[in-house]
Amino acid sequence: MAPKVEGPWARFRSEFAESRLAMAGLLVLVAILAIGILAPVISPQNPYDLAQLDVMDSKLAPGEKSAAGGTYWLGTDDQGRDMLSGIFYGLRISLGVGIASTVFALAIGLVFGLVAAYFGGWVDTLIMRIVDIQLSFPAILIALILLAVLGQGVDKIVIALVTVQWAYYARTVRSSALVERQKEYVEAARVLALGQARVVFRHLLPNCLPPLIVVATVQVAHAIALEATLSFLGLGLPITEPSLGLLISNGFQYLLSGKYWISFYPGVALLLTIMAINLVADQLRDILNPRLRK
Amino acid sequence: MLAYAIRRFGQSVFVLVLMSFLVFIGVYAIGDPIELLVNPQADEVERVRAAAALGLDRPFLAQYWVFLKGAASGDLGRSFVYNEPALTLILDKLPATIELAFVAMVMAIGLGIPLGLLAGLKPDSFIGRAIMAGSILGFSLPTFWVGLVLIMVFSVQLGWLPSNGRGETMMVAGLPVSFLTADGLAHLAMPAVNLALFKLSLLIRLTRAGTREAVLQDYVKFARAKGLSQGRVIGVHVLKNILIPIVTVIGLELGSVIAFAIVTESIFAWPGSGKLLIDSINQLDRPVIVAYLLVIVTLFIVINFVVDVLYSLLDPRVRLGGAAASH
Amino acid sequence: MLRTLRLALAALAILGLPAAATAKEREVSIGLQAAITSMDPHYHNLSPNNSMMLHVFEPLIKRDDNQKLIPGLATSWKALDDLSWEFKLRKNVRFHDGSPFTVDDVVFTLGRVPNVPNSPSSFATFTKPIVDVKVVDPHTIVFKTAKPHVLLPSDLASVMIVSKLHGEKAVTSDYNSGKAAIGTGPYKFAEYVPNQRVTLRANYGYWGGEEPWDKVTFKTLSNPAARVAALLSGDVQMIETVPTADIGKLSKDAKYALVDKVSNRVIYVHLNQRTDTPPPFVTGKDGKPLQSNPFKDARVRKALSMAINRDAIADRVMEKRAVPAAQLLPDVFFGTSKKLKPAKHDPEGAKKLLAQAGYPNGFAMTVHGTNNRYINDDKIAQAIAQFYTRIGVDTKVETMPANVYFTRATKGEFGYMLLGWGTESGEQGSSLRSLLATYDAAKGMGVTNRARYSNAELDGLIAQAMSTIDDKKREALIQKAAEIAMNDTALIPIHYEVSTWATMKSHRYTPRTDQYTLAMGLKPAK
Repeated sequence: MAPKVEGPWARFRSEFAESRLAMAGLLVLVAILAIGILAPVISPQNPYDLAQLDVMDSKLAPGEKSAAGGTYWLGTDDQGRDMLSGIFYGLRISLGVGIASTVFALAIGLVFGLVAAYFGGWVDTLIMRIVDIQLSFPAILIALILLAVLGQGVDKIVIALVTVQWAYYARTVRSSALVERQKEYVEAARVLALGQARVVFRHLLPNCLPPLIVVATVQVAHAIALEATLSFLGLGLPITEPSLGLLISNGFQYLLSGKYWISFYPGVALLLTIMAINLVADQLRDILNPRLRK
Repeated sequence: MLAYAIRRFGQSVFVLVLMSFLVFIGVYAIGDPIELLVNPQADEVERVRAAAALGLDRPFLAQYWVFLKGAASGDLGRSFVYNEPALTLILDKLPATIELAFVAMVMAIGLGIPLGLLAGLKPDSFIGRAIMAGSILGFSLPTFWVGLVLIMVFSVQLGWLPSNGRGETMMVAGLPVSFLTADGLAHLAMPAVNLALFKLSLLIRLTRAGTREAVLQDYVKFARAKGLSQGRVIGVHVLKNILIPIVTVIGLELGSVIAFAIVTESIFAWPGSGKLLIDSINQLDRPVIVAYLLVIVTLFIVINFVVDVLYSLLDPRVRLGGAAASH
Repeated sequence: MLRTLRLALAALAILGLPAAATAKEREVSIGLQAAITSMDPHYHNLSPNNSMMLHVFEPLIKRDDNQKLIPGLATSWKALDDLSWEFKLRKNVRFHDGSPFTVDDVVFTLGRVPNVPNSPSSFATFTKPIVDVKVVDPHTIVFKTAKPHVLLPSDLASVMIVSKLHGEKAVTSDYNSGKAAIGTGPYKFAEYVPNQRVTLRANYGYWGGEEPWDKVTFKTLSNPAARVAALLSGDVQMIETVPTADIGKLSKDAKYALVDKVSNRVIYVHLNQRTDTPPPFVTGKDGKPLQSNPFKDARVRKALSMAINRDAIADRVMEKRAVPAAQLLPDVFFGTSKKLKPAKHDPEGAKKLLAQAGYPNGFAMTVHGTNNRYINDDKIAQAIAQFYTRIGVDTKVETMPANVYFTRATKGEFGYMLLGWGTESGEQGSSLRSLLATYDAAKGMGVTNRARYSNAELDGLIAQAMSTIDDKKREALIQKAAEIAMNDTALIPIHYEVSTWATMKSHRYTPRTDQYTLAMGLKPAK
């Protein structure tokens, strides 16, 4: 049998499993990731291939048959796109966009926020004024400029989202780091003449993380929703390659008309995804937070 | 303090100039306003005339210079579309947006902090988990979608609330406000909820996280051991510990609510400045876009200044302006 | 929260009662799609403005529901010779303040139109051909032109007559505030809130008879869903441009009435023919450049037109609110040819034509279009792309907001451009001149010919028509020009938009071809 001394990984596992809600979230998340990765294999249709769509099959209700004989279990959208396949492929794009933009924005924001807080003075001033400018620039204007200059595409949307979000992190990190910087352990590290990078990343960073993780997990969802909003404003992804957000915003106009499935099912998929991410992240944060160690 | 304020003011002027230049470049990059303003049936002569009338025939830098000269004397230019001073247009619309943002923020804070505290103090209880799970709903669905569902339920199905517009207003200190009249409140309810949902969730989560940490820290344990009442422990010690990240986010979100209530305003036809901004962007009405963003930056600068001052009040360890001199 | 809400609602109910009791006024609210940018009738030549102005002001000549010219402030008009037109003015017409309408107001208007400061789109286009004005008597005026100008009556139908008394020193903001917004129209200015609403009150002394409404409020509800929701919740009694998504449900609901009419707006495709080398976004299927510009070959253009299933688009994408198009205007309008029929959907024939033109395996291209300008524009683009994949043309779709799109389209940065065109004059000659005449900015020919299509025979016919005063002869010339252009697939017409209005059952709207929403067309049902 297992010895009494547990490795850190085993302890992590048992701590995580303490919450059944988190385990459920993890299960859903794994399933969703699997669907996203396997989308091309398991989808009845390639919703991005215009040759496979038929506008004569458009707006069919869930369960109706296509002209060619197949069944659309979740109905079709206004182009005759199978909603089920659309959701599988859309998950892939939405998750990719949400996670990529959050990771990049977080990394950039973290570095600038820490540097601003640690060095203070004109460095701080410069960074924070850039942050001010950035935060006042509406996402729609940034997306529009990028669209005009770079054209349309998934990578451009990620750039737009990172541009919109990094400043947000920078400010959050800076405020936590300002407090931490004054604490004894940073002073001590400084007195010990440890390298500055080491002080910043080994000492300041871990202690600024908890509020940041809260913001970041929420922001993955926010990034996905923001992408949906940009699509809603006509600035998102190419319409022939819809993400979940784009599916929802396309279906949005059918909400009042009773053709609920065009935006309802993608909405459910989005909701499940975001819930799962957050349930898992909540538990992770509680486990990893050094200050919550009992 | 005064020196700090003056230095901050100097920086702000620099921010405003840089910002206006960036917006100029941005709008220039998006497209040519003449394409959108001039009637498509018009001929070349008319296009040239319109470009000249709006000052768009000059080189880019010359146009910016004209703007700067005007701005120095307080004139931010005239709307291409409305032929009204851009600043007047914005200031006419801004109170409606600020009111909406303010009500939404009050809702978010009024509900978010207590719920977050509750969830943080009883993290393993059913109620604690329910609050956390519920808060996820608040940011999972896009604002425009939630907005329309609200309209479907409360205006179309139940017929309780009006679907659009601002309703009756009352003048308070020279500004029209709608939350003092019943009609105004009815109009305000749905857009404010729509706008508050995301902030509410974020606040619940931040408060809970901060609370959980705080209750485990020595000074809170100590205060409890001293026999201080639960209310006092929470009110003074716990809350104080969690306020810094919360104040930051409130500052950020208040700004972003004011600036980017675009979607909510367009769904509910709320006559605020967000709708003006998006229409101006759609029409490439550059003077309005520039003036609007300058107003918003100014607002941000003020909010951030207040937030920084609040930091130093909340936590004496934070010195204003950072500890530049020390290294 | 819920309690305050209930309290508020209770208070609302109490306050609402006396208000409803005293309000015997016949009121109506209308939800508009676009903002009214000014109440100055000469400031911004923009359809929503022009539509709004018709309530407060009037032109010499009006247009009826089908854009036929009818008497307005002029009772009759005729061409005296090739260069002069005589207009008889209506007698006993008064402005809203009681001052009489005279020939001086007409002369003043013509002087004001080209001189409105900062105008982003001037009405001078319409008055420019008039080089001299002769007042014959207080109710007769003669306009002189330098060249024969056949469109003069049509042009003047776009120019609102303002009062000289109030307009003399007025600037645009005086019209916006209402100070100078004093016209002869059936409604009086009451309030204008930019980007929000316009309120009008009945002009009880109107020469054309009294309107059924004491007060009309136009609200700007740009978001389509918000517009429908406002109707469903009873906040407005009529909306324009019903989103196609909601047409099915509204038409089945007994509480609402839906009216529609084919409009003067055609959705069409311009194929970039600026260069002999391939245009942007058109390549071989392997991504390698093509030898030449396929769009210069009439067979390719025809194939691309035949590949489109216009009926499917009208039926599925437009919910039957579109009519497949064969030319630039529906064939009820002046200068249209009854001989032209929409290209038949024939993918096999299209493939053969492509093969004949040297593209047996097709090629690759991107369809560019707007996503916020025309009804369902982004959906049409996608459907078109579907049809092309079936004839072996690999097609991508890129849609963008109008503010980005038009600048790039005008610069020729796209190959396959989906566009729309509304013929405000209601006659096809002006559209042929703008869209298909060889581009010549100085002469005002082909000013919106983004494809740079060029056909000397067509140019000749257009020029000839433009200087033929006789309506019959001119119409024949325009018809011939249209047939030549369409048989050469100079552009690909897709469909004419059908404009829609939805009202409460208690109201009835008379639909119009010019897509205008006029309170004058809205009556109580029965």
